[in-house]
Amino acid sequence: MAYSDKVVDHYNHPRNVGSLDKNDPAVGTGLVGAPECGDVMKLQMKINPETQVIEEAKFKTFGCGSAIASSSLATEWVKGKTVEEALSIKNTDIVRELALPPVKIHCSVLAEDAIKAAISDWKKKNAGAETPAGETKAAGQA
Amino acid sequence: MAVKLPIYMDNHATTPVDPRVVETMLPYFNETFGNAASRNHEYGWKAEEGVEHGREQVAKLIGATPKEIIWTSGATESDNLAIKGVAEMYREKGNHIITQVTEHKAVLDTCKRLEKYGFEVTYLPVQKDGRVNLDELRRAITAKTILITIMYANNEIGVVQPVAEIGAIAKEKGVFFHVDGVQAVGKIPVDVNKDNIDLLSMSAHKLYGPKGVGALYVRRRNPRVQLAAIIDGGGHERGMRSGTLNVTGIVGFGKACELCQQEMPAESARMRGLRDRLKDAIFKELDEVFINGSMTYRLPNNLNISFAYVEGESMLMGINDIAVSSGSACTSATLEPSYVLKALGVGEDLAHTSIRFGLGRFNTEEEVDYVAARVIETVKRLRELSPLYEMAKEGVDMSKMQWNTH
Repeated sequence: MAYSDKVVDHYNHPRNVGSLDKNDPAVGTGLVGAPECGDVMKLQMKINPETQVIEEAKFKTFGCGSAIASSSLATEWVKGKTVEEALSIKNTDIVRELALPPVKIHCSVLAEDAIKAAISDWKKKNAGAETPAGETKAAGQA
Repeated sequence: MAVKLPIYMDNHATTPVDPRVVETMLPYFNETFGNAASRNHEYGWKAEEGVEHGREQVAKLIGATPKEIIWTSGATESDNLAIKGVAEMYREKGNHIITQVTEHKAVLDTCKRLEKYGFEVTYLPVQKDGRVNLDELRRAITAKTILITIMYANNEIGVVQPVAEIGAIAKEKGVFFHVDGVQAVGKIPVDVNKDNIDLLSMSAHKLYGPKGVGALYVRRRNPRVQLAAIIDGGGHERGMRSGTLNVTGIVGFGKACELCQQEMPAESARMRGLRDRLKDAIFKELDEVFINGSMTYRLPNNLNISFAYVEGESMLMGINDIAVSSGSACTSATLEPSYVLKALGVGEDLAHTSIRFGLGRFNTEEEVDYVAARVIETVKRLRELSPLYEMAKEGVDMSKMQWNTH
C-alpha cells in the first residue's frame, strides 16, 4: 500500500505528541476508538476560558500510519483556533489534506470524533461557567 | 558489514528461486521446450524425461513413489483437487469431512463450497498452542466421515500439527487423510508412510522453486485413493488433472526438492539458530511482547510475535526496509484481524499488533541483527506514541474500559 507523502511525513515526524494534565479544568480529553478495532486516539486540548482559544493540543495514537497522521494533523489544525472553529473541522477536510484512500476514511472520522470528544469533555468540566453545557458525553471515558 | 536493503523476511509468503534451480530450468524455456505429451518426437521425449525426473525428486523428498505425484498449478489447486476429488468420488460412502479452524483458506473455502452441495464439515477448534486436540478429533469421526484434512504446519504461526498421530487415527478408522504440506515440505522431515498421509498438497515456490507449479501426492496402495478430476480435458496425469504440463516449472520444482532434501539437516539447524537469535534480541530489549503459538511444535524458520500496544500496520510502516507481514486488520483484504490468532484465543487487541517473521535460506546473521535493531527501535518509538502503552504504564485496566467501538 502506498502512503501519500503527507501521511509519511506525519508518521515520521508526528506533531504535538504527548499528554496534558487531564485533571486540569482547562484541559479537554477525547479518547476514541477501541483496541479491538485496531485504533485508539487520545486528543487533548488546553483551552483559554476567556477567549475560548485552543492554546495547546497533544495527541497519542495507537493505529495505522493514516490514523497517526490524521490525529497529528488534527492537533496542528486545532491549535490557535477557537472552540467553535475547531468544531467545524470535518473529516473530509482531513481526507483531502492527507489524500487518504477510501479504506482509510475511518481514520479521519476518528480524528474528527476525537476533536469533538475533547471539546465536549472540556465543556462538561466547565458546565457551571458561562460555556454551554456539553451536548454529548465524552466518548471512551472509563 | 552493511546489509542490502530491503531485507526479505517473509518466506512463508514466497521464497526466491534458488540460483541452482534457475540454472536447471533455463534450457527448458527454449531448448528443451517440447510438450511432454508429444509422443512422437525428440522434443516431446526430452520434455517428458524432465517431467519424470522431477516426479522422482519430489516423490523422494516425501517418501513416495513417482507414480503417486500429480502435477498441479500450485497448492491451492492441490487442496481443491484433493478435497473436492475425494468428496465427489466417495459421496456414496459418506458426506462428512473434518478439518480445523486454522487451515489455509484454500482448504476452508473449499470445504465451505462443499457444504453448499450437501456435505457436512466439522471445523475443529485448536488449543492455545495452536495444535488440534486428538481426543476431539477422534470424537468427531462418524460412520459418514470420508476425509480428514489437517495442515502440517501453519502459514502464520508455523505451528506443526501432530500429523503422524492424526494419520494413525485416520488409518484405524478407515478415513482418508489429506494434509496441506505447503509450509512443512522441504523444511522439516515429511514422510507419507510414517505419517500415514493419503493426500499431500505441495507448492514449489515455498521451497525455493518457481511460482505456478505444485503437486498433489495421491496414495496408490494401502489404501488406494481415487479422485474425481476437477479439470477435464486431455486426460493428463492419469486423468486426474488435464492440461499441458508446466515442464520448466516441474523441472525447477524437482531440483528445489532435491536441494531441500540434501540441505535440510544443516539448513533447519541454521534457521532455528537465526530465528532464536532474533527472538532473544527482541525479548531482551522489549517488555510486553508475546509469542503466538507453540514454541515447541513449530517450524524452525517461523516467529510470530505480538508487540502489545503497537498496531501492526504502523509497525510495518516503521520498518519499511524489511519485508515481513502482520496479522493486523489493516493489512488484510477483509479488514478483520487474523482468524488464526483468534482461534488460539489471542484477543483482537493483540492480534492487531502481531508481526510474522519468516526466515529463509538466504537470510544472514547480519540481516537478523539489523531486523532486531529496527524492530526494537520502532516498537519503542511507537509506544511513545501509543495511548494504550501510557495507560498500561499508569495501571489502567483496559479490559474494564468502555470503548466507543465503531
